[in-house]
Amino acid sequence: MSLKLYPRRESVRKDGLPHFFCPGCGCGQVLNFFLRACDELGMKTEDMTCIGGVGCAARIPIYLSTDALHGIHGRTMPWATGIKMTRPDMPVVVFAGDGDALSIGGNHFIHAARRNVDVTVIVVNNLNFAMTGGQVAPTTPLTATTMTTPYGSSEPPFDLCKMAETSGATYVSRWTTAHGIQAIRAIKTAMQHTGFSVVEIISQCPTHYGRYALGSGSPEKSVEWIKEQSIPRTRAEKMDPEETALNFVIGEFVNTQRPVFWGSTIYDGAEE
Amino acid sequence: MASDGSNPQGRVLSGVHFMLGNYATAEGALAGGCDFFAGYPITPANEISERMSHRLPEVGGTFIQGEDELFSIYAVTGASLAGAKAMTATASAGFNHFQEGIGYAVAVEAPCVIVDVQRCRGENFATQADVMQMRWGTDGDYEIIVLAPSSIQELFDYTARAFNLAEEYRTPVIVMSETTISLMRERLDVPSADEIAVVNRRYTDLSPGEYKPFAAPEYGVPDFAPLGKGYNTIYSINPHDEEGSIDWDPDVYERMYDRLTGKIAKHRDVICQPRSYAVDDADIVLIAYGSEVRPALDAVEMAREDGIAAGLLKLDAVWPVPEEQIAAAMSKAKAVIAVEMNIGKYANEIERISAGRVPVHRCTKNRGIIHSPEEIYRSIKEVWK
Repeated sequence: MSLKLYPRRESVRKDGLPHFFCPGCGCGQVLNFFLRACDELGMKTEDMTCIGGVGCAARIPIYLSTDALHGIHGRTMPWATGIKMTRPDMPVVVFAGDGDALSIGGNHFIHAARRNVDVTVIVVNNLNFAMTGGQVAPTTPLTATTMTTPYGSSEPPFDLCKMAETSGATYVSRWTTAHGIQAIRAIKTAMQHTGFSVVEIISQCPTHYGRYALGSGSPEKSVEWIKEQSIPRTRAEKMDPEETALNFVIGEFVNTQRPVFWGSTIYDGAEE
Repeated sequence: MASDGSNPQGRVLSGVHFMLGNYATAEGALAGGCDFFAGYPITPANEISERMSHRLPEVGGTFIQGEDELFSIYAVTGASLAGAKAMTATASAGFNHFQEGIGYAVAVEAPCVIVDVQRCRGENFATQADVMQMRWGTDGDYEIIVLAPSSIQELFDYTARAFNLAEEYRTPVIVMSETTISLMRERLDVPSADEIAVVNRRYTDLSPGEYKPFAAPEYGVPDFAPLGKGYNTIYSINPHDEEGSIDWDPDVYERMYDRLTGKIAKHRDVICQPRSYAVDDADIVLIAYGSEVRPALDAVEMAREDGIAAGLLKLDAVWPVPEEQIAAAMSKAKAVIAVEMNIGKYANEIERISAGRVPVHRCTKNRGIIHSPEEIYRSIKEVWK
């Protein structure tokens, strides 16, 4: 078998490498899922604007051949809204970590979903604040040990997909880095969707979450653990919610249509 | 006026009006080409949002009432980078929240206009207490342009000019409004659309291969490239080189901030256009900005009637500091009086420029009420003794 060059290398910035992801980090996989989805859809990253805030996942756009906004924590949704209102023709994709989307940016997230802003949001949920050294996040499982919950976390985590659904997102799905084919399919559906589309990808952080919460820095063990914790939506629906409280329920939760956001007030004279 | 020079569906309401200050701010924005506004309710700035929600859709623009002020400032920077002429407005407590986003707009050079209708902490009384927060509020090094209107006419004129300065220097420009003028009504003359100069977004002629997003001459301003057209620009708050690549080389960092600060500081003589009233032969020169210009001018007239040679330097841009114009105005004076509605903040800048050559007195008032002309005149007489 001959060695092949990375088929989507044209979508990666020449001056972007080496990347700063830790060995075994799931962010590289998510970047790959996204580029494969674009490839299969015939979409070019150069025709889009991709947004990252602050965090490991927020770095994904700056390795891509695309226009990117980067470097502010938690404000990806306001950026995306301002851009989409001004350039409705252009696809806008947000890459956010769980901290960016749900902690500091939680309020913006629910309002962007409520408004049904026509953007795609890929949330890389690695269950902790990884870039800063492995602190507890709103997604950290109950009782998990992190750098700021040395005796275990006392806080119940958010379910991002439930919150997105309740807030009004029109496409919502959750997969993991152990479910590449399904994740690519979900990103493709999200990119083709008109309206606020959310794909959550549970991702391994061997450096921090792996070492502190799972007792191993092995990426393989982290991915195995994620896989073991995952239950398909169809199966979870038949189970007692308490039984699945600590699991990652995977699958598609919402795929619907309603009017997208074009500003806070209805204006009938717009076509004059 | 629209970017193509036309006046669609009454973007510029030419004629004579008796208008509320906040409405005049909104109309000035429209005349300056504003086509995106995001705001969040706060008194005494609400009438700006309300007017924009009514007027922007009429001219094909976008109005959003966001979930908070952080939404406002980041939606504005996002819209700006996508090509819009964007504005937000708030009052002091909300202006706190803008600070985070102002730092981003400075670093990626996103033109935008920010209105702060200053109010006292916790109440809607008159103040100029944010004059330092406007200059020094966000993290990191920067220079910024702050315009201080003193009347309904100037709220219109300065807001329109703020859009031009924002485009010329690729920077946030702050319009420093106040409770006093924002909730006052007086005459407003709106010229015809073709009499209002509008600076449009400057886009590169270069192809994606040749274009460098942050390359500019010394203290200069780079051209934009449109989003989603293969130019692949990274707009990051992180230190970036001329190509836009994130780069922590100390030389890159220093070069970036030399240009970001220099492009404004080195053009202060063009940006600042202060006006002198009876300064040439004045023994006592008052320096004032914003609504305090009004009683200060009355006080100068009262002093002149009583044979005291007083004059007034009225600042239009308070930041960058018009250093040479202030130095020139005080060069022949025996004393300077800094007039402001706070505990005495901009007076420090005036003292710095005086550097002990001319005594700088302070006529400050920090009780939620504008100075009366008599109060300022009393200060003049005390200095005159």
